[in-house]
Amino acid sequence: MAAAMPLALLVLLLLGPGGWCLAEPPRDSLREELVITPLPSGDVAATFQFRTRWDSELQREGVWINLGRSSVMSSQGSSAPLSTSSTPPTQSLPLPPSNPWVWPMTLTTTFCAMLCCRGRWSAPKTSPPGRSSCPVVPRASLISFHLLQAGLSVLLKADRLFHTSYHSQAVHIRPVCRNARCTSISWELRQTLSVVFDAFITGQGKKDWSLFRMFSRTLTEPCPLASESRVYVDITTYNQDNETLEVHPPPTTTYQDVILGTRKTYAIYDLLDTAMINNSRNLNIQLKWKRPPENEAPPVPFLHAQRYVSGYGLQKGELSTLLYNTHPYRAFPVLLLDTVPWYLRLYVHTLTITSKGKENKPSYIHYQPAQDRLQPHLLEMLIQLPANSVTKVSIQFERALLKWTEYTPDPNHGFYVSPSVLSALVPSMVAAKPVDWEESPLFNSLFPVSDGSNYFVRLYTEPLLVNLPTPDFSMPYNVICLTCTVVAVCYGSFYNLLTRTFHIEEPRTGGLAKRLANLIRRARGVPPL
Amino acid sequence: MGLLSDPVRRRALARLVLRLNAPLCVLSYVAGIAWFLALVFPPLTQRTYMSENAMGSTMVEEQFAGGDRARAFARDFAAHRKKSGALPVAWLERTMRSVGLEVYTQSFSRKLPFPDETHERYMVSGTNVYGILRAPRAASTESLVLTVPCGSDSTNSQAVGLLLALAAHFRGQIYWAKDIVFLVTEHDLLGTEAWLEAYHDVNVTGMQSSPLQGRAGAIQAAVALELSSDVVTSLDVAVEGLNGQLPNLDLLNLFQTFCQKGGLLCTLQGKGLQTLLLMVLRQASGRPHGSHGLFLRYRVEALTLRGINSFRQYKYDLVAVGKALEGMFRKLNHLLERLHQSFFLYLLPGLSRFVSIGLYMPAVGFLLLVLGLKALELWMQLHEAGMGLEEPGGAPGPSVPLPPSQAMGLALYVLPVLGQHVATQHFPVAEAEAVVLTLLAIYAAGLALPHNTHRVVSTQAPDRGWMALKLVALIYLALQLGCIALTNFSLGFLLATTMVPTAALAKPHGPRTLYAALLVLTSPAATLLGSLFLWRELQEAPLSLAEGWQLFLAALAQGVLEHHTYGALLFPLLSLGLYPCWLLFWNVLFWK
Repeated sequence: MAAAMPLALLVLLLLGPGGWCLAEPPRDSLREELVITPLPSGDVAATFQFRTRWDSELQREGVWINLGRSSVMSSQGSSAPLSTSSTPPTQSLPLPPSNPWVWPMTLTTTFCAMLCCRGRWSAPKTSPPGRSSCPVVPRASLISFHLLQAGLSVLLKADRLFHTSYHSQAVHIRPVCRNARCTSISWELRQTLSVVFDAFITGQGKKDWSLFRMFSRTLTEPCPLASESRVYVDITTYNQDNETLEVHPPPTTTYQDVILGTRKTYAIYDLLDTAMINNSRNLNIQLKWKRPPENEAPPVPFLHAQRYVSGYGLQKGELSTLLYNTHPYRAFPVLLLDTVPWYLRLYVHTLTITSKGKENKPSYIHYQPAQDRLQPHLLEMLIQLPANSVTKVSIQFERALLKWTEYTPDPNHGFYVSPSVLSALVPSMVAAKPVDWEESPLFNSLFPVSDGSNYFVRLYTEPLLVNLPTPDFSMPYNVICLTCTVVAVCYGSFYNLLTRTFHIEEPRTGGLAKRLANLIRRARGVPPL
Repeated sequence: MGLLSDPVRRRALARLVLRLNAPLCVLSYVAGIAWFLALVFPPLTQRTYMSENAMGSTMVEEQFAGGDRARAFARDFAAHRKKSGALPVAWLERTMRSVGLEVYTQSFSRKLPFPDETHERYMVSGTNVYGILRAPRAASTESLVLTVPCGSDSTNSQAVGLLLALAAHFRGQIYWAKDIVFLVTEHDLLGTEAWLEAYHDVNVTGMQSSPLQGRAGAIQAAVALELSSDVVTSLDVAVEGLNGQLPNLDLLNLFQTFCQKGGLLCTLQGKGLQTLLLMVLRQASGRPHGSHGLFLRYRVEALTLRGINSFRQYKYDLVAVGKALEGMFRKLNHLLERLHQSFFLYLLPGLSRFVSIGLYMPAVGFLLLVLGLKALELWMQLHEAGMGLEEPGGAPGPSVPLPPSQAMGLALYVLPVLGQHVATQHFPVAEAEAVVLTLLAIYAAGLALPHNTHRVVSTQAPDRGWMALKLVALIYLALQLGCIALTNFSLGFLLATTMVPTAALAKPHGPRTLYAALLVLTSPAATLLGSLFLWRELQEAPLSLAEGWQLFLAALAQGVLEHHTYGALLFPLLSLGLYPCWLLFWNVLFWK
């Protein structure tokens, strides 16, 4: 069942948005949105979101949602939301990161990690371990938007999307109350796609962008079924002195909000606004940098993490997670969740957490040991990160020898260890900037811990690839048989020789033949033998 | 094996071994040497072939055309380096960032155990610069490394130029599935060691370095590049790594395939037997021949490409070298698993031919058989002698010289480095000289050992004593050589060739001075000296005696240094294992 799910979801992804524009479900609403964020490095992030609300009662046990020709199944029961993504879920990453602090994952590893692999070890013994039980989805077949015809989905052109440096898609389904008393519920389907266009690959080194340059298409018309169809462009000024970015055509309205602790300004283009498209028959939004960003290291976020395997050799190793708090003066707690497969046997007594050279005692630890072939290790800790520090969490492990049928078809590739999950309330940039204090009303200082001072972040570290001791599968039989035979024969006889004592025994009477011969000899009068 | 449990036939066999022992030993030794020499010829060598399916064909179109860019980078690098006198870290950072890499630096420092006179360094501190090309839409779980080691002199700037130009070219491509790390290290191998230890977060050699800020998952393969001219006549490839480790043969095959495709001349030094012997000597030395050698400890398949610019007419420019590298990286990018299909243990009599482990092991097997035969003979003699005698009372002797000789070995291992300051205070020598001279002094002092142990040993059973000691020594030597040959065939074979005959001959009767001379000539240190002469002879640059001696002293210092800086095992192996064992034979020879 777990294996079927990603496939079904994929089908959904393939047909989803287009299907909505063509089919006419009864009481249905669709909102679509594209957010374009120019990044300081010169890259551009584009996030599509299609949100559908479906007002129909569904079965309570096992949810089937029929979406034209595609369907998705939730095994979790009707009241629980279902979400999956080909990167870590996007609610934690409202901005697709192009910086090295948040790590994208491949489709294969994520679907495995999110759905398959994590469920696999809790599955009964009959399920063979290894990635063979997990459908490996070839990347090229991930997106083919042949059904898309109108609205924002016009921009989804596969060959352009595969020239991007980052790529994430997600599906969320959740029940929403139809009225205040929640007597009946509707279902909301949210599909998101985030891509980051690379200035070096797609932009050929230039940092000015347009819709055509990114997607090789322009917007021509809104989706007729959409009740909302908008494009947002992040035009936040990074420097105080002057604007760094210019958009063309000039936006009709702008929108301001605090996103992830920073104040952002967005230009809004509403496709349903007929004047917007009718003027020129198409809308090609252009971004121009007034002062091109310098080649410098991108700004560092307050919380980022790094994870790696240390040590060498195939017997032991160490899992290390580095947690960076770069905030100049505020400490904050982080909830760290690690699930480690059973074949890495963790030594919990070696768990060390150090910050600034001192031991850091977690305020909460939950550890659930692994059971071979049944469940992975689960380690959850609440760690306080001191201001401006690097905290290292490390734990040693021993690599287990698997049964020889348990290896994957490509055992020398290594085995994946799923990412650790960090959840934290991070102090926001808005509260950290003294400039903002100057401009804000004086009474703000009376309530220093306002609502906007923290924001929630869930970070996923990179997945790890760990090599296990692997036998040579190319010739198991002849090698094993030959060595066993040789060892048995040589060892057996040498052991025999070394332990046995030998006596030379003179035959007292001799054999039957000899006795017979002697009888004859005696008869003949010849001396016996 | 019924043969051995039947007493009559067993006695016959024993008589055969006893009577024909000497001819059998000679035959076995000659067979071993002959087998090794025969390894150069076709029935024993095979043509190399690619085993890894993912790298099967060379169907990639190399598009690298940044020859001018590489040369410009190289010029700038050389100029900046000359100006600053060290690795121009800031310039490298800026340039790497401008070609679109994610750039990090790592500073390291290391105080060597004693001054390194060959490289003129003692307190070393430097900075490594590396840039990571993140594979688009991938998860940074795997990576490849292209590294350029920069020494103290200003060579290798063309390699840095080519590295940067390749980085710029690679950055524009969309097909990468593995991250690529472009690493420039300072103080050549020391920098590489510091980076590798920090990358794997281990500390094996006492290096002090700052932790790495950026990582790129498990390294699958690495290529080190050494170029010192804008044009090359050929590319030399070095495979021998630390402690004689070799990379998977497929990596070498890959390199060779792309050389052939691009019409590039790729070479191993020498021709036929000369190549084979050079490789054996290089592998036996256990030192990394290029910065790739340090990667092998972490199970990263790696090799070094060295540009040679000789007087040949036809030359290749950086584009040709760049194309070969591009092809290799694109193929390595295709790898689904670590390189594991082909051989890890092989000898190379040429670039396109190899000898697998199954074919070269008999050579050392025959040599070790000599020791086995000799030990069997001694055991039988002892057995027969023991039949007639009662237990002679008192200690039987052979165990007495064992602890002193092991202690000598331990002193040889520990004292030179530990006592260098004492030596410099009392004698007019520098630290490095002090270490080498102490080494030689302790080594020679071991030869006086028999006279000291004699007083302890009882003289009740004159023959049994030395025979038992020799039996123990033979078995000890055979075990050691067997183990060494399994991990580093070349070293095992080289030591077996020299040590086996005299070990078999040693006895306290007969022409003792001749035996003593032979034994000294085949001691581990003399083997090292002889190897140096052979090495230079094979490189067609013969040594005079004085030069040889100087080189020998330098080699001793290097051996000790490499043990401390990279963890090379040759020095402890010789001082703790083979030297004490050799002393046992010396004891046998001077048994009274």
